Amino acid sequence: MIYRETGTFITSYLEDRKLFPIPFDKWAMAVFMLFMVFVVPFIASDYWLAAHLIPILAYGTAALGLNLLTGMTGQLSLGTAGFMCFGAFFTFNIMLRSPEWMNLPLAMMLAGSVTGVIGIIFGLPSIRIKGFYLLVSTLAAQYFALWFFRSYPYFLNYATATVTLPDHHFDFYGIGDVFGVDMASFEAKYLMSLGVVSALALFAKNLMRSATGRNFMAVRDMDIAASVIGIPVIRTKMLAFFVSCFYCGVGGALFCYAYLQVLGIRTFEMNRSFEILFMAIIGGLGSIAGSFYGTVLVYEFPILFSWAGDYLFGGAFDTAVVDNVAKITYGILIIALLIREPGGLAALWATAKQKLRTWPFPH
Amino acid sequence: MKTKLWITGLAMATAMSATAPVMAEGEVYIPMPVYRVGPYATGGTGYFGGIIDYYTLMNMTEGGVGGMKIIWNECETNYNDQKGVECYHRQKEFQGKQALFFDPLSVGISTSLVAQGRKDKIAIIAVNHGRTEGQRGDVFPYYFMPGINTYDEHSIITAYIGELEGGMENLAGKKIVLLFHGSTYGREAVEFTHMLCEKHNCSSEAIEVPHPGNEQTSQWLKIRRSKPDYVVLRGWGVMNPVAMQTGVRMGFPISNLIGNIWSNDDGDVKPAGSSANGYQAITTHPTGRVAKVIDEIVAKLYDQGQGDLEDKSRIGSNYWNLGVMAGVIHLEAVRVAQARFGADVNSAQVRWGFENLNLDTARLTELGANGLVPEIKTNCMDHVGGHQAKFMRWVYAETKWEVASDWIDGDVELSQAIIDAKAENAIENEGITPRDCNDPAQRDDFDV
Repeated sequence: MIYRETGTFITSYLEDRKLFPIPFDKWAMAVFMLFMVFVVPFIASDYWLAAHLIPILAYGTAALGLNLLTGMTGQLSLGTAGFMCFGAFFTFNIMLRSPEWMNLPLAMMLAGSVTGVIGIIFGLPSIRIKGFYLLVSTLAAQYFALWFFRSYPYFLNYATATVTLPDHHFDFYGIGDVFGVDMASFEAKYLMSLGVVSALALFAKNLMRSATGRNFMAVRDMDIAASVIGIPVIRTKMLAFFVSCFYCGVGGALFCYAYLQVLGIRTFEMNRSFEILFMAIIGGLGSIAGSFYGTVLVYEFPILFSWAGDYLFGGAFDTAVVDNVAKITYGILIIALLIREPGGLAALWATAKQKLRTWPFPH
Repeated sequence: MKTKLWITGLAMATAMSATAPVMAEGEVYIPMPVYRVGPYATGGTGYFGGIIDYYTLMNMTEGGVGGMKIIWNECETNYNDQKGVECYHRQKEFQGKQALFFDPLSVGISTSLVAQGRKDKIAIIAVNHGRTEGQRGDVFPYYFMPGINTYDEHSIITAYIGELEGGMENLAGKKIVLLFHGSTYGREAVEFTHMLCEKHNCSSEAIEVPHPGNEQTSQWLKIRRSKPDYVVLRGWGVMNPVAMQTGVRMGFPISNLIGNIWSNDDGDVKPAGSSANGYQAITTHPTGRVAKVIDEIVAKLYDQGQGDLEDKSRIGSNYWNLGVMAGVIHLEAVRVAQARFGADVNSAQVRWGFENLNLDTARLTELGANGLVPEIKTNCMDHVGGHQAKFMRWVYAETKWEVASDWIDGDVELSQAIIDAKAENAIENEGITPRDCNDPAQRDDFDV
């Protein structure tokens, strides 16, 4: 009843290829996006923007990047944080060292492309090795990134360990002054992140519906069979590494610029790679929306838990107890979720959607 | 049945939430970004425990600070930069009250917040550590490192090594290794260590221990190969006892291992057992029950079954004493601000308080903190204010530290040059417009 499909007839091939075949979906998405763009920046406090929405967008981009590689193309990777590190450092250096006309979104795209090329280099072993062995070789990217930026302080502009990212990097040809908006405010950063992430997500969605996306999935399902039917396996794998690392690079840049406002090496340590891998797995491998569901769950759960602990018990337990209980609960939740629904939150949502489509008649 | 349970839970939650405290007038709010879990919990529980105990004592005996009750809430950071930033945004306002300042006890977190603190007009405090160029109050008006900064710390350590060698001229030809924690904090000293050795004609080498540092065999093998005369330990948390044990096992004399300001807690040396006997470390404050205020905390809190430390034997330990010292500095800044602006101060006014601290012996005696807190006098150009420290030596048999040196001054001349260069770099690259500290109007304006 909620998803009313009656009366929706597909009469042409073009209509069949629509992004949202169900009109309700289309309207719901439009309303959601309008709400995120026109309402959220005005009602959300700095805390909500700075500590929730912006990091979710940044993490989500990286999780989406990993998902394109691991979920869509079946190439396991543990180098995510390393690629984010490349993206963030290159963005900073492009902004720092290029003339006035450079702007941040463009710099992020350029840095993402360079990261993509680096991704191809680290993806080369995937031609010969698979699965866990590839996981280990992508780990090299993680350690290489940290070693590289530690060894060449040029990229950190000779600072000790962290650089504060200056506000004037957010300037977009003085457009902020015209409208009287502070481009370095959280509202502006949020909108910039939202714009970048929406564009990237839309691109990913369309990529997956194209011949390239089908090649990705063919390689994931069985690369020998794929090569037999004429899919260029090596090129597909390299392309997957490029696209994935592009996303991770942009995610890293957003993470530093929009969220932390500082650039440092320690931000991109090993555990960040695992965190993003969990986001992709919990959200649902092979699902674009799932990357964001997973991000929301993994990022928000500990905060929600500690907030609930404070609110319900008013500080009766010290933070150590709350923190440890949150970790235990989180672990149990993940195990339960993955046993009940290995497809992650995206599969859970698909099931719910199917139920809603037929409700109230189950058959 | 399931539904019933659910409803009961909801009802309980609603009932409990009704008891949440409501902020009254006459209160000041100070956030407490603690870390009670993880590899650095010794530091976190000791330091924040000391602060909380001092605040509690003040609430009990003086009704707070300047007649305003002190309230605080905790947020667990895990000593993780990203979580610390989240905590800052969560805690910068609480029940309609603005945070007076933010003291996360982490170079990483405090450095991440330098620009944001200035935007929000909330001072970021980093006692005895921090981003060293933050000493320049004209460039970083909302950043404070009361006590000593990293450069002071390492020049004092070098001076002490000179003292052990019987004079600074004997440092020539000696080799010093800096064994540092692989973090923003650890890295802060690398460049300056090389500069110090250049000045005194010794050779230096910096070796990194990756976070958290519970395995250091390869680093110590490297140290053994390069045969240094001294190793300066710039550790943190679990890295410290592991360094002492591994070093001793590799045959390095413990008396030549000199600890820095975050490698000097009882919790660092006790796990190392007998290996730590004779280990020396720098400190700005003595350990033990050395001041009136500590006796008061013990009598009025711990003897009554209150107090924040779970393990009473940690009363008087280095980090806990540092916490009490930080509490004294915090509230003194609030009092200084209250003396000028009245009892209900805001965070920008407290910033002015931190900039005009004058903790001399007379004032410290008044506060009952003489013997614990070193003399600190800050101003617009100097957000550090102490610049001196002592050394202590661990006596394993008596499980206590003994004082090993008199007050030693930092090499302010050498550090000022590099601080100025870094501050200039920040002005250029971070788009900061510095104040003019010689202009009385700009100097005395609290709202910058």
